[in-house]
Amino acid sequence: MTETPYAVEMEEIVVRFPGVLANDRVNLTLKRGEIHALLGENGAGKSTLMNVLAGLYKQAAGVIKIHGRPVSFNSPKDAIAHGVGMIHQHFMLVPTQTVTENILLGLDEPRFIMNLPHYDQKVRELQAQFGLQVDPTAKIWQLSVGEQQRVEILKVLYRGADILIMDEPTAVLAPKEIDELINTMRSMVAQGKSIIFISHKLHEVTAVADRVTVLRKGLCTAEGISAKGLTQADLARLMVGRDVVFSVAKEEQAPGSVVLSMKNVSAQNNKGVPALRNLSLELHSGEILGIAGVAGNGQSELAQVITGLRPCEGSILVNGEEVANQPPSKAIAQGVAHVPEDRTKVGSAPNMSITENTIMKDYSSEPIGNGWSINFTKARTRAQKLKKMYDILAPSVDTMARKLSGGNLQKVILAREISTNPRLMVAVQPTRGLDVGAIEAIQTLLLEQRASGTAVLLISEELEELLSLSDRIAVIFDGQIMGTVDAKNANIDQIGQMMIGSKLETL
Amino acid sequence: MNPIIILHAGLATGTILLFAAIGEVFAERAGILNLGVEGMMLMGAMAGFSTSLSTGSPMLGLLVAILAGGILSLAHGLVTIHFQADQVVSGLSLTFLGTGLALVLGQGLTGQNPPLVPSFDIPGLALIPFIGPVFFANHSLLVYVGYLFAPLTWYYIYKTRPGMHLRAVGEKPEAADTMGLNVYALRYFYVFVGGCLAGLAGATISLSVSPGWFSELTTSGQGWIAVGLVIFAQWDPLRAAFGGYLFGALRRTILDLQGPATLFGLTNPLYINPNFSFFLQMAPFILTIAALVWGSRAAIRERLGAPAALGVPYIRGERGL
Repeated sequence: MTETPYAVEMEEIVVRFPGVLANDRVNLTLKRGEIHALLGENGAGKSTLMNVLAGLYKQAAGVIKIHGRPVSFNSPKDAIAHGVGMIHQHFMLVPTQTVTENILLGLDEPRFIMNLPHYDQKVRELQAQFGLQVDPTAKIWQLSVGEQQRVEILKVLYRGADILIMDEPTAVLAPKEIDELINTMRSMVAQGKSIIFISHKLHEVTAVADRVTVLRKGLCTAEGISAKGLTQADLARLMVGRDVVFSVAKEEQAPGSVVLSMKNVSAQNNKGVPALRNLSLELHSGEILGIAGVAGNGQSELAQVITGLRPCEGSILVNGEEVANQPPSKAIAQGVAHVPEDRTKVGSAPNMSITENTIMKDYSSEPIGNGWSINFTKARTRAQKLKKMYDILAPSVDTMARKLSGGNLQKVILAREISTNPRLMVAVQPTRGLDVGAIEAIQTLLLEQRASGTAVLLISEELEELLSLSDRIAVIFDGQIMGTVDAKNANIDQIGQMMIGSKLETL
Repeated sequence: MNPIIILHAGLATGTILLFAAIGEVFAERAGILNLGVEGMMLMGAMAGFSTSLSTGSPMLGLLVAILAGGILSLAHGLVTIHFQADQVVSGLSLTFLGTGLALVLGQGLTGQNPPLVPSFDIPGLALIPFIGPVFFANHSLLVYVGYLFAPLTWYYIYKTRPGMHLRAVGEKPEAADTMGLNVYALRYFYVFVGGCLAGLAGATISLSVSPGWFSELTTSGQGWIAVGLVIFAQWDPLRAAFGGYLFGALRRTILDLQGPATLFGLTNPLYINPNFSFFLQMAPFILTIAALVWGSRAAIRERLGAPAALGVPYIRGERGL
């Protein structure tokens, strides 16, 4: 091995997709035993660059060196053979298989017969070395998100990877799990591993990383600068190219009358397992109630029962009208707006135009339609107005929804929902996966709704977002509300404890 | 209404469904729904019958039947895996294609008597009271193969490395892909395996269980029952085998019900008017339709444990995979 201090050197990497230059002569170097943060807005080319290093894409030009030696990867297998392992943002785990089975997936050993207990033991040894506790015999679907992530890390460690790429590893974790992950990362680096860490969260980058590389629109705006002394504002400027307002201003205002009242609501998830257990909550007009919690604790089902998309037991009153177990049209008639979790499949029709997506709630009523036909001239005029008002970036209102970026698609959905003058807005993960600029825009829209007297139920996994937008925060765990706290003087540790199952009374 | 006869016949006719359903379990576990089972079975039945007739070797007949089903299934693989077309549409077309081909190629086979797959007793075991005559006496070689085949495939799917890869490809192909498995090749392979077993199931009819070539009546819709059975069996080969035997015994019971003049001391309506038994004979097909309709709901599939990626073409993501 040559005596270069670098584990990875990527030089002048160019990646082209049809019509896009995703990486334009990007450089990235990773020293042995360092944590290197890779920052950038969505679509800046971070994931593309890392997928090149992980062997999923091939660069059009540029050289990759691993420990000083030029390499050429044709598949993830080649990358793994050179000790490069990627921990994907969306976990690449088979839910119905055990932890050990997932770790062994794709390996040549065992040859034929699976002697699982033997390999469970090997996995335990590896866990002890890095402090990544998770039961090797558990099935993936039984694990929390944090545990699943540990499995992803174990998977690459088991393959002997010494260069780890972590794609937004903290995006899905509760605060306590984030601390644990950071400890794990430090312990791995101490044992000679090198880590590339992709993140949106600037405070984590300044806390964890040794050096930082920043991409903007496929170009490097910072190449491996030292993280010491960098402020979040510096990083944001490098990412976005302008100064960014971090906390959106929120006016004090007294909440009004009760808009949403849920009493003892229980529901099952798609697997038939209870997802909501005797859940009760109240929400007033002009108030934002944040629902905090680790993903998969009933948040999706909560939104679905209110909007009429899932049957349930118990009572859900909107403006005093029962909407539980009613068709969604009943909820819509009561002024319930919905910004669904899955904006590409539930929130919009990907193969329909912006115009068509904006009229989905009122196509049958004046002035857009009369119940029989749709006046597309009026629909298009209104869509053009909305496009301007909400600053939706698209060639025209006839652009297909699937061609929009996440942020612009979310603006289309919000434009549609807000134009119905809702009294209750259910927003699920409205800013997930969006870049700093779009997050700012969406959050501002939600606060405008609050100011105009709409009750907003904001379900989010981003604690910071909940703290800055909400009036009150309710924490959901295993389908129950663990407690509700005032957002103004909320204690993050307390919320973190509730997110992993402690009741507020016991804290 | 002799229970030994009913169970014996149930095992024999159940073996047909066993092969076809386990074949479909393989394909669906890999994520490919193949509704062409009926067509592949009919091709297998015709090819096996015809080969045995011309070569005098029923074993060669089985081999050709397996290949006929397998090759036909590759057409489905090409359309759904390579061209990523809709699996339902392609599977239905495959049934039409297989049925049509078999009818054309099988002209003149009716009434012929080729050598059949041998039947025999298992020495010793056949003498056990009740168990012997039901399970181990005067059965076709294929029935005995079926006894071993179901547990072996169960072991393969749940306890071996290739079995684990098979399940991964049908549950979460992107996970398999990132771990270096060739999703496309594995899917092709298991669609082919499914086709081979459907071909074998067809030859099990024409060369063993109800020998002869009766055009499309040879299989008479059993391919569809096999597809429905996979849902009932929750994609588990042992349950599929058990379900196959149960269906087999049920069909025999319905047939036997027309025999006696009285049942439990009452006059037997089926004896007086055998046409009533048509309604009973419909039962397995109605159950199959019900299973297919019921099992097509996403929520129910998830609850039953259907492979999560079943029916979804795998396309390596252009961005953010």
